[in-house]
Amino acid sequence: MNLRKYLKVYKKFLHTSLASELEYKTNIIVDLFTAILSLVGSIFLLSIFFQNNGYIGGWKFEQALIIQAIYTILNGITNTWFNPNLTEIVKHIREGTLDFVLLKPIDSQFFISLKKINPSGFLEILLGFFLLLFCMRINQINLNLSFLTLSLITISCSICILYSLWFFISTTTIWFVKTWNAIEVLRSFLYIGRFPLNSFSFSLRVFFSIFIPIAFITTIPSEVFLGLSQVWEILLEVIVASIFLITSRKFWLFALKFYSSASS
Amino acid sequence: MVQNIIEVRNLSKSFDISSKEPGLKGTIKHFFRRQTKSIKVIKDISFEIKEGEIVGFLGANGAGKTTILKMLCGLIYPSEGSISVSGYLPFRRKENFLKNITLIMGQKQQLIWDLPPIESFYLNASIYDLDKFEAKKRIKKLSEMLEIDEELFIPVRKLSLGQRMKSELLAALMHEPNILFLDEPTLGLDINAQRNLRKFLQKYNKETNATICLTSHYMKDITSLCKRVICVQEGAISYDGKLDLLLKRLSPVKEILIVCRSEDDAIKLENFGFTVKNKIKNEITIKIENDSITSSLKTILNNFDIEDLFINEPPIDEIIGKILIKKNYDF
Repeated sequence: MNLRKYLKVYKKFLHTSLASELEYKTNIIVDLFTAILSLVGSIFLLSIFFQNNGYIGGWKFEQALIIQAIYTILNGITNTWFNPNLTEIVKHIREGTLDFVLLKPIDSQFFISLKKINPSGFLEILLGFFLLLFCMRINQINLNLSFLTLSLITISCSICILYSLWFFISTTTIWFVKTWNAIEVLRSFLYIGRFPLNSFSFSLRVFFSIFIPIAFITTIPSEVFLGLSQVWEILLEVIVASIFLITSRKFWLFALKFYSSASS
Repeated sequence: MVQNIIEVRNLSKSFDISSKEPGLKGTIKHFFRRQTKSIKVIKDISFEIKEGEIVGFLGANGAGKTTILKMLCGLIYPSEGSISVSGYLPFRRKENFLKNITLIMGQKQQLIWDLPPIESFYLNASIYDLDKFEAKKRIKKLSEMLEIDEELFIPVRKLSLGQRMKSELLAALMHEPNILFLDEPTLGLDINAQRNLRKFLQKYNKETNATICLTSHYMKDITSLCKRVICVQEGAISYDGKLDLLLKRLSPVKEILIVCRSEDDAIKLENFGFTVKNKIKNEITIKIENDSITSSLKTILNNFDIEDLFINEPPIDEIIGKILIKKNYDF
């Protein structure tokens, strides 16, 4: 893979995508307001849960806020990259414009995963980071190199898992044509990621660890921040993320063999 | 000797297609128990195309023309048989193969809708590894050939269909492919835009010796661009050869309207031994075989007092239409 070429193409993707989005100023302003209101609403909801009891599943409100911060960052990444690109796969397949992608001398997964960005998602990422910094302060978390490395690894793994899950569902469009509902179901499950995994019953904890691995998406990275995580948990997170990423790649290449293109 | 650039051997393609009965009952049945059947849309076809050739694929809707093009450019996996395009197996979609080909579809677009075409061109340039200077040079050359200029800087959504199609062509040809797959490129264009596009394709073929595979329902596209045609009927090739020969076979006779000076001459001509289609007063329409047209006209002009004479070529759409309408047309 020619890395220089891919960087150059990505630069063009950023440029064209930003230029397209900036054509619609009002839409961006509305998106920015929605991002702020959504974060305020989520924190408010979380505070209600903690109002009667200071602890939920062994987590204090200040600690649970870290999960909210990580969730906000991930949601920002989802809205910046995954949502505009991966929902487009369904459109590409239904309308047959995937033909143009497949005939370009560039990796098709790279193309369809990164072609667009939604600039308003950046604000969410930024808000998430601010919230995270605030949480670190109120939880008296000290910054050091190993902490930074571990948190970076676990957050990167979360992004990989989230991307792979979404990409996997979008790929099934090649057979099922319309998979909007499955993506909506996935998004609604991800909302649950705002709460500590321990606050759920045992069966739900198993479900959210194996089938929809929310534990790996928000809980483990949050535990890293609080110094509560075990080494095996971090290792498992890396393994799970690698499996998800490799499987989604293989699944895409396999699915393309069944692509029949839309009729003209 | 000119090399074969495309070689297709015993190619077949089957699709699983589900069917649904009409009405609510049919819909519910279809939802719970979908009945699919495998349909062979391409049936054991073989052909070769030489470098620099322009070949038209003719056939009715659903005959399998687009499926053939999509298999040739590697979008669809064949079920059986082999394809070689420029020495590559298309469905492997190797980088060098993709840099050699392009697909243009009249009903689909790759340009970024909200931005001027020039932005899509530079994006394509980076994908095809062209530096800015080279990209600029090629955009200039192609835009001159396509006669577009200001349109390059207007958002695609504000361009007319013709301007959009020209821009699509430019985007598809920036990497200077030597094999062009064109699926109804003139669809929806007005007569002038169609003519300009044909002129451009002729010029492009002449200047670059590019091979062009074309499908179109506009016969003018086929007659002005293609010397060779491949007729596809229900997934099988029913004719592969020169267009002239096909037209001769489908329409072996010409109609000649002769205006005689007097009705007597018209009566004499009627009894001379020609096949008469009709006769109204001093006007008579006869049918003459293409091969004997010169000698027959000589005889008529030498023996009769003729006021005027019209040779009617049957419209090409009508002739080709015969293949499209009739299943299993016997050539």
